[in-house]
Amino acid sequence: MTARPTSLTLGDRLRGGFHLAACAAVFVFLIAPMLVVVPLSFNAEPFFTFTEGMLSLDPDAYSLRWYRNVIQDGEWRHALANSLLIGLAATALATALGVLAALGLTSSSMPCRTLVTGLLISPMVTPIIISAAGMFFFYSSLGLGQTHVSLILAHAVLGTPFVVISVTATLAGFDRNLARAAASLGAGPWVVFRRIQLPLIAPGVISGALFAFAVSFDEVVTVLFLGGLAQRTVPRQMWTGVREQISPEILAVATFLVGFALLLLGAVEWLRRRGGGPAQGNT
Amino acid sequence: MARPLRSARLRAAALTLPLAAFVVVTFVAPLALMLVRSVHEPQVADALPRTLAALERWDGGSLPGEPAFRALGTELRELDGRRGLGAVATRVNRIESGMRSRMLATGRALGPGSPESWRDAVLAADPVWGEARAWLALQRAGERFTLRHYLRALDLDRDSSGAVVRISPDQRIYVPLLLRTLLVSLAITAICLVLGYPVAYLIANAPPSRSNLLLLLVLVPFWTSLLVRTTSWIVLLQNQGVVNDILVAVGLVAEDGRLALVYNMFGTLVAMTQILLPFMILPLYAVMNSISPEHMRAASSLGATFRQGFVRVYWPQTMPGVAAGSLLVFILAIGYYITPALVGGRTGQLISNMIAYHMQESLNWGLAAALGVILLACVAVLYAVFDRLVGIERMRLAS
Repeated sequence: MTARPTSLTLGDRLRGGFHLAACAAVFVFLIAPMLVVVPLSFNAEPFFTFTEGMLSLDPDAYSLRWYRNVIQDGEWRHALANSLLIGLAATALATALGVLAALGLTSSSMPCRTLVTGLLISPMVTPIIISAAGMFFFYSSLGLGQTHVSLILAHAVLGTPFVVISVTATLAGFDRNLARAAASLGAGPWVVFRRIQLPLIAPGVISGALFAFAVSFDEVVTVLFLGGLAQRTVPRQMWTGVREQISPEILAVATFLVGFALLLLGAVEWLRRRGGGPAQGNT
Repeated sequence: MARPLRSARLRAAALTLPLAAFVVVTFVAPLALMLVRSVHEPQVADALPRTLAALERWDGGSLPGEPAFRALGTELRELDGRRGLGAVATRVNRIESGMRSRMLATGRALGPGSPESWRDAVLAADPVWGEARAWLALQRAGERFTLRHYLRALDLDRDSSGAVVRISPDQRIYVPLLLRTLLVSLAITAICLVLGYPVAYLIANAPPSRSNLLLLLVLVPFWTSLLVRTTSWIVLLQNQGVVNDILVAVGLVAEDGRLALVYNMFGTLVAMTQILLPFMILPLYAVMNSISPEHMRAASSLGATFRQGFVRVYWPQTMPGVAAGSLLVFILAIGYYITPALVGGRTGQLISNMIAYHMQESLNWGLAAALGVILLACVAVLYAVFDRLVGIERMRLAS
């Protein structure tokens, strides 16, 4: 009678220990690649490996030379300007269109909801190589190949599903009686939206916009297909760097991008805890 | 009663209209254009209209008559003068290899003026025009609507009688590559499920403060640039990289026996698994988070072992998450381009790399479009199967 529960507990412990060890290994697998680039970006030597000096924490083995190089390099600056320009324009477009559509989709009287949702989400669930190839044919036949306009439109449409999902999730928890109450007190639809709905869904809108910006800021396939030299973005410049002359400059930029990702993640998590936006990592 | 309802429906539809229109124009239309591009190729027909007209009543076996030679001679000469011959010759070359240089040579060799016999002049410029296969190639390249890109993309060809046959095994490229892509995607999906399931379980069943921290460990890579993560894997796995250094330092691997961990299929598998793992963990976590621990406790109090409880009670409830995560990972994997291109070397390339190659290097856009349409069809079939088995409605990406 007494032997069985004890052996079960031992089995439970073993299983628990094995489970924890396996999970720890997976977490290392997930995080290690990010941790390894950060120290290497401070390498004084033009190598991708830890030098002996670095391992013995010799300050001379570390330097900021790759950061200096990147900051002084006109190409990287140009790429950052392009990334910001395209990212901000695409985000503005995606957010405006996405918020409107989410308001319509969550309305109880929306006709053909499933079909329309499917259409609006489709850019997110189509392999990017296919979308980018189609867009290449499309924009080059319109004479818009190698322009900022084509990239802004392309990134905007890739970002809209994230805005729609994020805002829809926030609106799902939105008390419609508030809007009705405002309307019964004589507020027009615009006033209801501006004064009642928008403040309540703002966290969802902002996290949707951050998602859209992150999509654009990291997107490189459309840039490869649609962009020319004048449209080089940061990821495009990294792509060239990794393919052609691997230098620790890439790692300096990578470290910057890891920091940027942490910033975006922090913002989205903060907004989520304020009750807005969808769950973590909604894709 | 009917009127306010109708106006509410109209208003809801009107709100979604701008985005719907935007998606149709900037997303659906490009895909439709790709479909058109995969079957429509008018360039040769536009460049050689008189030659193709003269060939209309040709029997396909004997030599064509003087009008066909005259049309060909004058049109090749004109194209050469406008520097437009190369593009046309490249397209004919895809039908019959070797024709590009022959056509360029013919265009160059024909001098100004009108020779007494165009037939003699053209044959003197290049004797290939004495063979029926050269004219057949022109005829086939001149079809405005064609399925030949699909035939190529499926490793098929037409024999001399026009019947569809498979090309010789050593020349088959695309079907094996497509199968490899599907297989690799399946493998990555399975690995992600095996690695992600216990992690999602741990996060979902940890106390809130710890689960938030653990979730961050999943979200940080998720938010980090794809290029950063791919670069990190090169740093880790390359010959002089961190992993090899550690293996050598520990003594598992000799200094001259460093392992080839990257620029091959292994590199593609490892990097893609790490990059796609959060897409598996997050939907799994979302579903597990909503499963009450009471269920397992109830099973256990009724005498079920952990294993029985898991198989009969827990696992079935996580199916929507398993399905959503697997679908997501699989679909992202079959369209992946950046990572295999950077870490895949020669053996780790997938079908998307071939699409990009034909888009950017061989400039065979028709073939790239056909491959794209085939890949899109695979994705559509997957969604349909998923919808039948699980129901898209049940797919939950977030908690």
